Amino acid sequence: MNNTLPMVRLESVHKSFGSLEVLKGIDLVMEREKVTCLIGPSGSGKSTLLRCINHIERINSGRIFVDNDLVGYTERGGKFYEMKERDTIRQRQQIGMVFQGFNLFPHMTVEQNIMEGPVGILKVPLAEARADAHRLLTRVGLAEKATAYPNQLSGGQKQRVAIARALAMKPKVMLFDEPTSALDPELVGEVLEVMRDLAASGMTMIVVTHEIAFARDVGDHVVFMDDGRIVEQGAPSEVLSRPSHARTQAFLRGVLLESAPTAAVTEMS
Amino acid sequence: MSRTEERIETGTGSRPTMTVVPVRHWGQWITAAALVVVLAGFASTLVTNENYRWDVVGQYLFSSRILTGLWHTIELTAISMIAGIILGVLVAIMRESTNPVFSKIAWLYIWFFRGTPLFVQLLFWGYIAALYPNISLGIPFTDAEFWSVEMRDLMTPWLAAILGLSLNEGAYMAEIVRGGLSSIDQGQREAGQAIGMSRARILRRIILPQAMRVILPPTGNNVISMLKTTSVVSVVAFPELLYSAQLIYAVNYLTIPLLIVASIWYLLVTTTLTIGQHSLEKHFGQGHTTSARSSGGVLRNVMRLQRRGTPPEADIATEKAHG
Ligand SMILES: Nc1ncnc2c1ncn2[C@@H]1O[C@H](COP(=O)(O)OP(=O)(O)O)[C@@H](O)[C@H]1O
Ligand SMILES: [Mg+2]
Repeated sequence: MNNTLPMVRLESVHKSFGSLEVLKGIDLVMEREKVTCLIGPSGSGKSTLLRCINHIERINSGRIFVDNDLVGYTERGGKFYEMKERDTIRQRQQIGMVFQGFNLFPHMTVEQNIMEGPVGILKVPLAEARADAHRLLTRVGLAEKATAYPNQLSGGQKQRVAIARALAMKPKVMLFDEPTSALDPELVGEVLEVMRDLAASGMTMIVVTHEIAFARDVGDHVVFMDDGRIVEQGAPSEVLSRPSHARTQAFLRGVLLESAPTAAVTEMS
Repeated sequence: MSRTEERIETGTGSRPTMTVVPVRHWGQWITAAALVVVLAGFASTLVTNENYRWDVVGQYLFSSRILTGLWHTIELTAISMIAGIILGVLVAIMRESTNPVFSKIAWLYIWFFRGTPLFVQLLFWGYIAALYPNISLGIPFTDAEFWSVEMRDLMTPWLAAILGLSLNEGAYMAEIVRGGLSSIDQGQREAGQAIGMSRARILRRIILPQAMRVILPPTGNNVISMLKTTSVVSVVAFPELLYSAQLIYAVNYLTIPLLIVASIWYLLVTTTLTIGQHSLEKHFGQGHTTSARSSGGVLRNVMRLQRRGTPPEADIATEKAHG
């Protein structure tokens, strides 16, 4: 019914840690079934922005809507009441998140990692959840790893399991926080491949990344952040190829220089 | 082929074989031999020295008073340990709470019960009737009273012993649990939050099971230490294993044989506990094969020694089979 409304909407979002203001008024709209790539220098507030969207961090002012639902608060008579944990949890279940450091549960097998949410929270019957988990594992190319423990997997495999774990909750939107930054260069491709497929299937995705090539090929919208503000945004062809702000230009030059040796190696092999 | 001169095939056989002579540790062998002689000498006195009175040991080892004492010791250990663990988990969670009242109370509890000797705490519980002759349930600061009991009737030696041991243990367990909880990466909590788990569920399903790996080894040591610490409760006249032995030799003066009887039982139970500890640690080590294996106790090392000769892959395979 709301299919023309954006999936995620931020209205003048402010966030501070003590006296340090990290988000200085963010207004942003992320469309359904589109991939929004968030780029910007380290410390510019990208992770914090993602963590505010699923209310792992509380915002100080402003409003965030996911699927037209106010995140973390209920608004009544001009006041914002913080939600009970029960309601926050229900909202979070609709928002998948993939972390830079994978954060798989090391004491559970791959399959248990994926089934923990559906079985433990959504009360999906065990057999159904297992079948679902195996379908997801096949999708990320890890069908044979169902009973392995995370410490028996490579970084790329761990991240693919983490994606499967998030997808198992059937989220409306997926948040990725630098999903390939902790990986050895030769393992980046397999994770990006899975994300590419996910984007092609119509998942709404918000991706914090330094992979400019990915943003260019897969992104529908690119947002450049610096120092807690959005400096510029638009189509990848605009922002990445013809940035209008000096700060964007400087950042992109830096990132391209940094990734150049890697690119050369990939081409050679 | 002798043990000291092993022939090692080098390469594919085209090269001549070499004879390797390992370094011989003469000093070590001489010391070891001396130790064996001393120990053997001591062992022979166990048989020849009549003061041990092994006949008396045999006579009392299974006597009903000793067995009752043993049962009391096990009962005290089990109840105090379970209560101590529950208290420890609660206090550790309170200590980490964002509510300052909770965390201060937890701090105060740990401060007091770790800071005073158990002996003194037990005496307090034993003599608490002198401090509070009556306890009653009513409305504070008024005369309204619904229920009242005399402390002398309430505070039996058994209850004093349980209270003393549990509250003391709780303080130590709280610190052990806290160490375990804080050893878990913050990302684990966030991953739980991200899939929509409640805080209680994250604690139960994600944090505690992982913290167990850190919590278990010191807890196992505490159980074994608790077993022996129960002997302190003789101060409140509760007849556990040691006190039962003391009651017997106070009459017949056969002190040494009765202390041996008690020691045999303590050793037997601690050995059993050590074995249990090992299998628990193994259970909670799942997904952490490498680190779990390197942090093993004495028993684990013994078992590894026994498996010498099997290649390390076999070792890993068995652990995987348990996974
Ligand atoms: N929990 C926190 N407490 C205090 N400061 C934080 C916290 N999380 C992030 N910050 C600070 O907020 C700023 C933005 O961080 P972050 O959102 O992680 O940036 P990015 O992901 O763009 O690198 C940084 O200066 C960081 O030190
Ligand atoms: Mg970040």
